Amino acid sequence: MKKTLLLLCSLLIAFIAKSQESYPVNGSGDIRSGQFAFINANIVVNADQTITNGVLIIKGQKIESVGAGLAVPKGYVTIDLKGKYIYPSLIDAFSSYGIPETPRAVFAGRGVPVFTSTKEGAYNWNEAIRPEVHAKSIFNVDARKAEDLKKSGFGAVNTVIKDGIARGTSLAVTLSDESVNTVVLNDLTAANYSFNKGTAKTNYPSSLMGSISLLRQTYFDAAWYKNQKKEYNISLDEFNKTQSLPQIFDAGNWEDVLRADKIGDEFGKQYIFKSGGDEYKRIADIKATNGSFIIPINFPKAYDVEDPADAKNVTLAQMKNWELAPTNPAALEKAGINFAITAADLESPRDFWTNLRLAIDFGLTEKQALKALTEVPARILGISDKVGTLAKGKEANFLITSDNLFKKENIIFENWVQGKQYIVAQKDIKDLRGDYNLIIAGVGNLTLKIGGTISAYDANIERTGADSVKTKANFNRTGDLISLFFDLKKNPKGDVRLTGYLDKVSPVTFKGEAVLADGTVSNFTATYTNPIKEKEKKEEPKGTLATGKVIYPFVAFGEAEAPKQEATLFKNATVWTNEKDGILQNTDVLVEGGKIKSIGKGLSAGGAKVIDATGKHLTPGIIDEHSHIAIARGVNEGTQAVTSEVSIADVVESEDVNIYRQLAGGVTTSHLLHGSANPIGGQSQLIKLRWGQTPEGLKFGGNEGFIKFALGENVKQSNAGDFSTVRFPQTRMGVEQVYVDAFTRAKEYRTAWAAYNGAKNKTGLSAPRRDLELDCLVEILEGKRNITCHSYVQSEINMLMHVADSMDFKIRTFTHILEGYKMADKMAERGIAGSTFSDWWTYKMEVFEAIPYNGKLMSAVGVLTGFNSDDAEMARRLNQEAGKAVKYGNVSEEEAFKFVSLNPAKMLKIDNRVGSVKAGKDADLVLWSDNPLSVYAKAEKTFVDGIAYWDIQRDEVKRKEMKAEEARLIQKMLDAKNKGAKTQRPSLERAPLYDCETLEGDFTANGSHSQH
Amino acid sequence: MKKIIYQFIALSLASTSVFAQANIYPAKKQAGTFAIVGGTIHVGNGKVIQNGTVVFANGKITSVKEGNVAPQNVTVVNAAGKHIYPGFIAPSNSLGLVDVESVRATRDAQEVGSINPHVRSLIAYNTDSRVIATVRSNGTLLSQVTPEGGLVSGTSSIVQLDAWNWEDAAYVKDNGLHFNWPSSAAGGGGGRRFGGPVLSEEAIKERYQKQLLELKSYFAQAKAYADTDKPEIMNARFEAMKGLFNGAKKAFVKVNRQKDIIIAVQFFEEFGIKPVLVGAEEAVDVTSFLKEHNIPVIIYQSQSLPGNDDDDVYLPYKNAKILHDAGVLIAMSVDGYWQQRNLPFMAGTAAAYGLTKEEALAIITSNTAKILGIDKTTGTIEEGKDANIIISEGDALDMRTNNVTRAFIQGRDVNLDNVQKQLYKRYADKYGIKAD
Repeated sequence: MKKTLLLLCSLLIAFIAKSQESYPVNGSGDIRSGQFAFINANIVVNADQTITNGVLIIKGQKIESVGAGLAVPKGYVTIDLKGKYIYPSLIDAFSSYGIPETPRAVFAGRGVPVFTSTKEGAYNWNEAIRPEVHAKSIFNVDARKAEDLKKSGFGAVNTVIKDGIARGTSLAVTLSDESVNTVVLNDLTAANYSFNKGTAKTNYPSSLMGSISLLRQTYFDAAWYKNQKKEYNISLDEFNKTQSLPQIFDAGNWEDVLRADKIGDEFGKQYIFKSGGDEYKRIADIKATNGSFIIPINFPKAYDVEDPADAKNVTLAQMKNWELAPTNPAALEKAGINFAITAADLESPRDFWTNLRLAIDFGLTEKQALKALTEVPARILGISDKVGTLAKGKEANFLITSDNLFKKENIIFENWVQGKQYIVAQKDIKDLRGDYNLIIAGVGNLTLKIGGTISAYDANIERTGADSVKTKANFNRTGDLISLFFDLKKNPKGDVRLTGYLDKVSPVTFKGEAVLADGTVSNFTATYTNPIKEKEKKEEPKGTLATGKVIYPFVAFGEAEAPKQEATLFKNATVWTNEKDGILQNTDVLVEGGKIKSIGKGLSAGGAKVIDATGKHLTPGIIDEHSHIAIARGVNEGTQAVTSEVSIADVVESEDVNIYRQLAGGVTTSHLLHGSANPIGGQSQLIKLRWGQTPEGLKFGGNEGFIKFALGENVKQSNAGDFSTVRFPQTRMGVEQVYVDAFTRAKEYRTAWAAYNGAKNKTGLSAPRRDLELDCLVEILEGKRNITCHSYVQSEINMLMHVADSMDFKIRTFTHILEGYKMADKMAERGIAGSTFSDWWTYKMEVFEAIPYNGKLMSAVGVLTGFNSDDAEMARRLNQEAGKAVKYGNVSEEEAFKFVSLNPAKMLKIDNRVGSVKAGKDADLVLWSDNPLSVYAKAEKTFVDGIAYWDIQRDEVKRKEMKAEEARLIQKMLDAKNKGAKTQRPSLERAPLYDCETLEGDFTANGSHSQH
Repeated sequence: MKKIIYQFIALSLASTSVFAQANIYPAKKQAGTFAIVGGTIHVGNGKVIQNGTVVFANGKITSVKEGNVAPQNVTVVNAAGKHIYPGFIAPSNSLGLVDVESVRATRDAQEVGSINPHVRSLIAYNTDSRVIATVRSNGTLLSQVTPEGGLVSGTSSIVQLDAWNWEDAAYVKDNGLHFNWPSSAAGGGGGRRFGGPVLSEEAIKERYQKQLLELKSYFAQAKAYADTDKPEIMNARFEAMKGLFNGAKKAFVKVNRQKDIIIAVQFFEEFGIKPVLVGAEEAVDVTSFLKEHNIPVIIYQSQSLPGNDDDDVYLPYKNAKILHDAGVLIAMSVDGYWQQRNLPFMAGTAAAYGLTKEEALAIITSNTAKILGIDKTTGTIEEGKDANIIISEGDALDMRTNNVTRAFIQGRDVNLDNVQKQLYKRYADKYGIKAD
């Protein structure tokens, strides 16, 4: 009887019309007070406080009171929750609930270019900047989606429009399925950002560095907009208006978090980071951002690795991430980072609890888990006064559970949202599973075994004795009504159909009527006898929670412990000094504190480690003047002719295995260049190959800045397909005018700033608009930034030299410059260096007359000459390319090696630190097995700052260790699969390899997901 | 004397005409007997003769001996302190088919459609390509002119690199058929990279099975056609396939993944064909299978990057050694056309990472000849073979010392000038520098 009442109650509640005062009523109203009292419950008020045997009283949408021993006033429905728990319902800080789905962006690389916004109205020039979009304006209640979330225990969410770089504002709502007007908790929770242009049709930005620059420029534009009268711009206006809100940055991985944090620092913003769940990989750097985090728990599934051939397609990094990703929440907790947990990014909402419990198994405390799902998101979203804990006056958002919320066997019975009950599972009988004695009149005694899960029961009928039988039965429960049918095959034949109801709770008893196949109707009772005998589930041995170590970088050949700098004495080597001493035989070199200390014969080791270098060659490290390794998501921002605002400095990628491979080829310094898609490309970044360091840690440090220019076929888009005939320039004539125009504007800009800065009285004056593109060009004009220019044929080389002369700037290096030999005298006159290929030619028209004697001719005429790679493969044998200068043109061996060491150091203006073996210089050294210009020479050890990042013997050991680690992980994945874990098929993912002409940029950001 | 005049003419022309290397003539038929004396003879089959003598007449090697044993009345080529090698052989490449890769008009390596056994690379081989002389200059004297693309790319021929026209260039005509084995791997399509649809695993499997079935049916029909004396309807493609079944043509199969390698080999064996694998990145993982089935491999250039992050960083350098040790017959190749001039250095790299220098030499000479089916006439410096010989100042497999000063193709004294050397001289002259 009581049960029927309860059922009735829950039905009626659905009809409560919440007050929505401004709306007219159709006919007579039905306003109810919604007064309930929950008694005898364990009430978890917040993560730090639990009231045993407490009372929660709610009225309408709100909590009226919560405490121990409260009296229930009259007029309240009392619900006894003896032995049960009440929790504040959960909050997801990064949902897109109730927002129409954005169409999937498609890679727009091949169509007709779109330069400016196609959106009608006074909006920003770039469609990816859309701060004017407010989730509150398009949000609607979505009862079906709300139900999914409520099942998992969520009661409120922050809903974000996940499209664009400046994405506008989000809002917090409850998951009530009442009128949209009553569910809003905070209509402006945050302003949102990302590096992903989303559905924007404007081509710019096509790369990650372009996205970063666009955001940066937008901050400047918005600041300028406040004090100008020239234009009206809704986007910039809204951008300014939303600056006082919390700022949430959707960053896909730890590197993006650090990138975003840097921008935040520049503009005085502390972002809250929605991150990718891989923060454990660099937890100290993550901590140093001082940001709060919203982390996903979409842990990767194990890979199918039964087939060794398929298993090869799974990288060590993927396997390790599979193992370590569930430790991420615990790692953040341990580091003392403030974080919320989001169900966003999960493949299925069902994974939420599985994964959360997995995270708890791996050390996330239950207390922190609860905070991360209640108080922390409430605070982040500015809704602490309404949800997140149970307290008087707050929204009646709470869960009723069977047990401690985080226990594996816990069941969420009900999820109340704003005083409205949502039943997740029947609470009086949490579990019908067990063995029953089923007696059907006229059939006899049977055993009914109900197993499976509560949401999907799995029933069987058994009879012992003469007519012994075992058969599957179909069991359904609807509320307290049940139905069951099965076929015993004989005695009686045909289907037996039962319909009945739950009669008693202790022991569980069903009663009702049975209909046999012949139409006979009789009664049945089923009485609970034993708990179900579950297949013996072995307790997970705690040993499986042990994981491998985090490695730096998080790819193959990463190291758990960074290699150490140590004092080293190279004994008895052939030393290629690159100094006036030339190549010294039987010579010692002492390294200390990361610097070369002395060079000579019979040096004493002191405390230094001695390396016998007899028969070996010691050279300065190789310097690659033109490299595109270690760059994240695009080397070209080729969508405009001038993109001096973008910078490789923003997108250095430390987790690129090519760094290690090139160390194995003796490279110690690489100049990471923007591509060659446009006349004025982006700023470059010089790095040292300090394998294992963060992107910032790789940066050379203390060097002058450079920028990439480019001439010829790439910039005039000769080989870019039939659509690419729109962007100016399409001829070498046009290229010249792009430079003239750019530097003319830069000069005007410089003058405008000089006038403004020089004015004593600034009243009535407004500052010119900060333009990052022109800032960079002004740096060039002032000699603070150097140019390295991709170039091939003599006419264009000559042209740029003349433009530079007339516009009064300097060119440092022509790179590639395969026709440098035709212009060598004019380059030498101006002190312009030439960094070329040894022997590439005839792959396109502008290299038709390329010759391998180019290096020889340029250097003989007095041009500072080098060989570069532009290619991750060639870079690891630049020593051999230098050897080709001996072959083609008979360059002396000493001079040839300078082509890839001292000369590029000079081009890059770092020869005070690297490029030769000289006391006081950085200990960037390579120990070769043979003459370094020979095909037979192997780099046995490569030192950067005196640290052996490459050691051919250590490499051999490391490969064995990797094999063992892979074997361990494969075994673990097989075990996981055998235990029923979901798995995924391995598919080989190879990181893109970039060269100058790679236009496919940030395709992953445009696509469905990115993986690193 | 005549030669000196000839070289003089070449030099003087170099300073005036640059563009079309019109002044570099194919060599005349060998006149008289030549003897190369005093050098180190690298026979190509592993043997080395210090201070030996190679004699050749009428384009054929007549003797190879230790010591200075030049007969009377021969043209003596002094090679003291120098290295003598068989001319290198470049398999599976597009030299002479492509001149400027970015210019469509100069690309003749890939026909449209997927099954083109009948297209013949030989007739598109452009003897006047400026690139050929630059490849010759580093020691490669023979090349397998190879069509690309599709499932069945077409028919290849072997050419010698000093000729007036393709007819004269032909060393062996139409003796190879080239296949691109379809990939069963999900990662191969590049769909994600270019924003295209990402095929599901099932879709990829299905596509693969379909391709295999089509190919099998095609082979069955081709074989039936080949077995008919007078087919009712003449089919040019089937005609071209005939050679596969009667042994006149070898099958060269580009295939990379370990599973695909096994499937491909078994496929061809079912039709009684022993294929040659080309590329075969993961051949190192199925060495015993290859050995058992006696399948040779033309290795993709050693100077390349490993396929996977987790691979030994030197894996492509070591491929040759791994396969060689397993007893697989291997040859070395280089992708592309102008890149062929680096073929000796690919072998040099294999030597740096495990092979002996003579074993490394074999993978661009005698082994290649065996694999291409031309070992009866070339690939080693042995009596009776064609006089395809180069002389280098130093170790020709090392860029530091490779300096080819003389080359003979079928005994003809080949001009080693090229357009790049001429441009070098031209600008050396402009700047008053010695072009050495």
